[in-house]
Amino acid sequence: MKALSQRRRHPLAAFALLLMALLVTGGIYAAASTANQAQAQTTTFTADDVEEGSKLFSANCASCHGLGATGSNAAPSLIGVGAASVDFQVGTGRMPMQMDGPQAQAKPVQFTDEQIGQLAAYVASLGAGPSIPSEEILDPSEGDASNGGELFRVNCAMCHNAAAAGGALTQGKFAPSIDDTSERHIYEAMVTGPQNMPVFNDANISPEDKQDIIAFLDTIKEQGSPGGADLGSLGPVSEGLFIWVAGLGVVIAFTVWLTSRSS
Amino acid sequence: MSSSTATQSYVPKTRVGKVTDYVDSRVGGSGIIKEFGRKIFPDHWTFMFGEVALYTFIILLLTGTFLTFFYDPSMAETHYEGSYLPLRGVEMSVAYASSLDISFDIRGGLFMRQIHHWAALLFAASVAVHMLRVFFTGAFRRPREFNWVVGCTLVILSLAAGFTGYSLPDDLLSGNGLRIIDGVMKALPVVGTYLSFFLFGGEFPGTMIIGRLYVLHILLIPAVILLMIGVHLFMVVLHKHAQFPGPGRTNTNVVGYPVGPVYAAKAGGFFFIVFGVLAAIAAAFTINPIWNYGPYDPSPVSAGTQPDWYIGWVDGALRLMPGTIGNFDFEFMIPFPWGVNALSLNVLVPALVPATIVFALMFTWPWIEAWVTKDKREHHLLNRPRNAPTRTAVGVAGVVFYCVLWAAASSDLIATHFLVSLNDVTYWLRFLVFFGPVIAFMVTRRIALALQRKDREIALHGRETGRIVRLPHGEFIEVHEPVDDYKRYKLVSFDSPEVMVPTADANGKVSLLDKVHGRASRFFFEDRVAPVTPKELAASHGDHHDEIAGAKDRESIASH
Repeated sequence: MKALSQRRRHPLAAFALLLMALLVTGGIYAAASTANQAQAQTTTFTADDVEEGSKLFSANCASCHGLGATGSNAAPSLIGVGAASVDFQVGTGRMPMQMDGPQAQAKPVQFTDEQIGQLAAYVASLGAGPSIPSEEILDPSEGDASNGGELFRVNCAMCHNAAAAGGALTQGKFAPSIDDTSERHIYEAMVTGPQNMPVFNDANISPEDKQDIIAFLDTIKEQGSPGGADLGSLGPVSEGLFIWVAGLGVVIAFTVWLTSRSS
Repeated sequence: MSSSTATQSYVPKTRVGKVTDYVDSRVGGSGIIKEFGRKIFPDHWTFMFGEVALYTFIILLLTGTFLTFFYDPSMAETHYEGSYLPLRGVEMSVAYASSLDISFDIRGGLFMRQIHHWAALLFAASVAVHMLRVFFTGAFRRPREFNWVVGCTLVILSLAAGFTGYSLPDDLLSGNGLRIIDGVMKALPVVGTYLSFFLFGGEFPGTMIIGRLYVLHILLIPAVILLMIGVHLFMVVLHKHAQFPGPGRTNTNVVGYPVGPVYAAKAGGFFFIVFGVLAAIAAAFTINPIWNYGPYDPSPVSAGTQPDWYIGWVDGALRLMPGTIGNFDFEFMIPFPWGVNALSLNVLVPALVPATIVFALMFTWPWIEAWVTKDKREHHLLNRPRNAPTRTAVGVAGVVFYCVLWAAASSDLIATHFLVSLNDVTYWLRFLVFFGPVIAFMVTRRIALALQRKDREIALHGRETGRIVRLPHGEFIEVHEPVDDYKRYKLVSFDSPEVMVPTADANGKVSLLDKVHGRASRFFFEDRVAPVTPKELAASHGDHHDEIAGAKDRESIASH
């Protein structure tokens, strides 16, 4: 304790304290924010599911989307959006929407998988729409990663970045990173076009090509970064920032050391 | 020559001595070492950025040579058959395929590619910081004006070297960069399309450009850089290194260590430090992961497409330029005898104007400043930036201008990472690119003057120690501690030019040039904090009642 009190006026004491505070708050935040985890689910609906989904919908969604999902001034009609849309929007936490903004943001999922299935069953019962994809079409081992890569670069990379790290759109909208998105949600996003994303229907990109894209994303996620830490895969901006701050910083530290003895 | 007769009369006794003497009597190395080895260099950490630039350039030559062994600049089409799975079978150019082979199938290739690229970024960064050091310390003044110009040329050459190298992998990212160059060229009226066809050997992208850039990148540009480095270093030796003012340091001497052995060892060691730092970075952090971007194809553009940092500011200018304002579209149709040609100012202005302003000011600044100060003396003592407030303010304004454009090149990442609207980022940066430099100029000049005032205060009255002492009669004073002579020397020994008022000639007329000069002089030196004169310093010694009183008090406190 004596050593600590002697060093409390050390020039670096403030930095040490700051670092400690940052580590503590960061640690608590990291622990708190990983409390919710997604789980797998089934895709077969029964009449009971529709019935339960209807109740859930009235209680949680109808205030914006209207009773019977017919829409209101605040939110669009959901008739014909299909089970895939509900599974994506509710399954990634985007719905119920946390706040008004340029687009609905992902957040911890609010419903159990069973409840999401019931909601999806109810919305699917209102009108025909894209259904939740089958397990077979989502299997990345069946896809061709290099074909998927080409399709991804032509169709997706202009918003989502060539390494799927995400990118900016206008007026605060953005294309999110797809690093941690499950295969099912990637597929559903393509067929339903959530937020500002265009719809890539089966005439546009066939289900097999979608599977290839999923295989590509799966491959680049699995392989990691072959050349070392990827600095966020953000391209030359993060590289430039790194060389100016870390590279030049270390070099300056050495120049100070080398010239410290003479003057 | 007298030295050669001296060496001939010398008879070496040992084997090594004989060999050395044999060589020396033919190449005269001892004379050079005697002369150059005794060259004195002053020591300051800010003097080492030029060295960093030189060492990174050597590292670039070494690693670049390795890369040329395996790189093939051909734009012929091929199907990738290497070991990177997500690109297997994809149609691409041989240049991109060979870059991928360097990355995945050649032992040590990825490391070499990464160290080469990181070294290129550090090269440009150290050149930039070196230029800033020279500018802010006034090291460009006579006799070093030409060396400043050589340095400016090296900046442009390093940008050219970087950009040509950035394009070589022929991936999607670099192809997008080339497309912008092509677009800028085509925006030039009349000659634009001809120039573009000339450079690309036909319509963009053609099949020639990579091979041509390769020749520029590995032959012409490094050769010119090497030549310029030679000229640059020759002039450094000729002029001797400038030094910061200090006790015993004058305009006619250099205080420091000789090259041999101290600097030879330090500089040699520093080379390996820089090499080691770059190697560590290259081993641990990926740069330009070309496999992510895929082969170049004119249709896709990935989000997060930016040039390397040193070209970023030009990209930023292009991003900030509005395509149209209302109905005004910045495009003019110029009728020529052969037809109508378009002049696209919304491309040409951002692509060329900021760079022209920055480089024109950079190249001519030594003469602009010399004209304002009318100072024809040689300067081997550097300025502290605060002691040249207007110059420092101009420099900071330039840095802010550059940085706003630089930030604009990453406007999309600013938007996503700080959760703001991309449009708002663009509007703010448009405002800042015009007003930022003005605000920076005013604030910097005020800060510099304030620091001068603080220096003056410290030189005259000493440092405030924060010790409050109560005198026997109840008065509280703060004890001021006088600074030592070395520190005081730094605080008082600088030139502070005053405003030059234009004077009338024999006919009683003031020429227009003199009037302009007078105005410029007033702009530069009107706000001025006079350095402490010896007289003021002597007077302030009699004025140290509070210190003396404090000392007396301390004695009395100690005795109780």
